[in-house]
Amino acid sequence: MRIIVCVKQVPDAKTVRFDREKGTIIRDGMDAVINPFDLHAIEAALQLREKAGGTVTVISMGPPQADSALREAIAMGADAGVLLSDRAFAGADTLATTYTLWKAIEKLGGCDVVFCGKQAVDGDTAQVGPGLAVRLGIPSITCVNAIELAEGPRFRVTRMCDEGREVVEVETPVLFTVLTTLNTPRLPSLKGKMRAKKTHIPVWGAGDIAADPGRVGFAGSPTKVVSTHVPTFNARREILTGTPDEQVNALIVHLKEAGILS
Amino acid sequence: MIVIDAEKCIGCGECEKACGFGAMSVVDGLARVDTNACTLCGACVEACPEESIGIEGTRLSGETSSGLSAWQGIWVAAEWRPTLGIAPITHELLGTACGLAAKQGTQVTAVLLGFGVTDHAQDLIRHGADRCIVVDHPELAFFTDEVYGNVLADLALTHKPAVILAGATPMGRSYIPRVATLLETGLTADCTGLDIRKEDGSLLQTRPAWGGNLMATIVCEGHRPQMATVRPYVFKPTNPDPDRTGEILSVIPKPEHLRHRVHVVETILEERKGPALQGACVVVAAGRGMESQENIDLVETLASLLGGAVGSTRAVTDAGWLPERTQIGQTGVTVSPKLYIGCGVSGAIQHVVGMQGSEIVVAINRDPTAPIFDVATYGIVGDIKEILPLLIKRIRAERG
Ligand SMILES: Cc1cc2nc3c(=O)[nH]c(=O)nc-3n(C[C@H](O)[C@H](O)[C@H](O)COP(=O)(O)OP(=O)(O)OC[C@H]3O[C@@H](n4cnc5c(N)ncnc54)[C@H](O)[C@@H]3O)c2cc1C
Ligand SMILES: Nc1ncnc2c1ncn2[C@@H]1O[C@H](COP(=O)(O)O)[C@@H](O)[C@H]1O
Repeated sequence: MRIIVCVKQVPDAKTVRFDREKGTIIRDGMDAVINPFDLHAIEAALQLREKAGGTVTVISMGPPQADSALREAIAMGADAGVLLSDRAFAGADTLATTYTLWKAIEKLGGCDVVFCGKQAVDGDTAQVGPGLAVRLGIPSITCVNAIELAEGPRFRVTRMCDEGREVVEVETPVLFTVLTTLNTPRLPSLKGKMRAKKTHIPVWGAGDIAADPGRVGFAGSPTKVVSTHVPTFNARREILTGTPDEQVNALIVHLKEAGILS
Repeated sequence: MIVIDAEKCIGCGECEKACGFGAMSVVDGLARVDTNACTLCGACVEACPEESIGIEGTRLSGETSSGLSAWQGIWVAAEWRPTLGIAPITHELLGTACGLAAKQGTQVTAVLLGFGVTDHAQDLIRHGADRCIVVDHPELAFFTDEVYGNVLADLALTHKPAVILAGATPMGRSYIPRVATLLETGLTADCTGLDIRKEDGSLLQTRPAWGGNLMATIVCEGHRPQMATVRPYVFKPTNPDPDRTGEILSVIPKPEHLRHRVHVVETILEERKGPALQGACVVVAAGRGMESQENIDLVETLASLLGGAVGSTRAVTDAGWLPERTQIGQTGVTVSPKLYIGCGVSGAIQHVVGMQGSEIVVAINRDPTAPIFDVATYGIVGDIKEILPLLIKRIRAERG
């Protein structure tokens, strides 16, 4: 089975700080990690390979540093990695991202199963998975938290929905976006780390994947950010004073005024 | 690539302020861009008073402006679930859409896909739609991304709406990206604010990024339709008007759009006690300051006395004191009740983004410097083990 995992490198949430005055991110001292959801996508791919055989290829579109995310995935057990990196890819929104990932998968010769994380924690869009599936012409199942493999090959999958869970069946080819409850990602092994060091990770630019320059990066992105701000709150901020009894009494009065205790 | 015209740049620093990504700085009196941090969003270009910043390379033109004007009206993708009926987000979207349509002098269309749903069309009109397009078909009895995506995309190509709004629910966030990709247009996820830009009528779509620490406003200028998913329980639904009338258009889907490769075997409903957290009028939230599983009883008692639902912070769900679905915030649900009571909640931004729409916020925390007090209407500095039993006793007394 040809299994592909889409991995994004994101800033480590623990190291991101914000400048409240300027309303911007402070980039100094920010570490980069694999998007937490994508670790579970990698694990799902490795488990599938253990059952069904085949290869796991991780792909990532990002700056040259994203190479380290791919090496981490290889250390976990992935067979190969491809980095999609080109100045022309900068400024991509989800439409341009899915186009780029799709062209890369085409160059890889197609796929049977694609795993994505449910969402990337920097943008939180959750749009790349379903969008990529459309480009590949395959079905997508989002928010997956259990996968069983049966003959066919056929998958029996549980996905989360508003009213609970839904059990669905699908054959290959298919794209899954996974939740963190699906599995526990393994740690890289020592052998894996050695292999990751030695593995050659090709870097493909727009030309390598025969991408239309007008459909990648900034040029191919219909949406653009026009402004950003740090949210402010205008609360009344009335601290109720006195003994606990007096505080509670004051609160009761306010709740009555608001019509909550009538 | 961002290009800066050194002749025109006066080093005023407006670009640095405007950049949400920390990519612009002023060095030796000249603007400078960090190309690794830059996302080419264009905020600096707009902010520069001297017009000294430009973006090299042209954006995909998409539609010409005359082509753009062929797309008119605002669509709301109604959300129908076989077990729940019309989801509340639908009425919230209609309320928002009506406000936007009034600013633009345009019409609101509700688009309803499902099976046995035609009776709901009138309800959508009563809630503000001028027109309802109904696709009622057995193949739509179950939600599948492919069929729902194909049918909605095809309707959009036929009728050309300028805007499509849908719920940022598990269902909307699953199939709406398919529709946007099929239509090769932009889509903004999980919006919490929508407006119309005066100059050109573009939809201004505001959404939280970076765990709610940063709000970003996004436009889709050159492509139609402009698409957004909208967070549930952020906007208030309009009250239905029983006398409203409107056109109902029944559409038969094309057979080639009904093919799907995912088969729903079963839906397992989750049992809930008390009112659903989202949509509850009163929410009592437990934080780590509840100190132990036993004390959670206090929160549950208070919630049930007030006819409300129990919520939690991630610290509490991580500890296993309450189930994950009670988690409020960036990675949980959004609530906007009339009354929110935070008990031993510190008020981390990731939690606050999920409850900031609450009308009255009461915070009980023994640390007077806890950030929750910044967003509180009324704050009580005290120990929950002392305050909550008192509060429960007083409310019981009120109730007789
Ligand atoms: C990517 C990411 C996403 C996240 N998403 C979410 C999310 O969706 N929702 C969410 O809630 N969190 C989320 N978090 C976690 C969030 O950052 C906070 O860690 C969390 O909200 C803290 O929960 P808390 O207020 O219960 O605990 P704490 O921060 O530990 O606060 C406990 C508070 O209780 C007070 N206290 C202690 N004992 C008592 C007492 N006896 N009486 C009165 N007060 C007392 C303390 O003074 C303190 O202020 C996320 C974090 C990350 C990194
Ligand atoms: N630049 C990228 N390169 C590779 N995969 C990506 C990229 N961006 C997003 N993805 C994948 O799409 C998922 C959802 O991302 P998003 O739609 O950005 O929230 C991620 O968990 C990744 O699996």
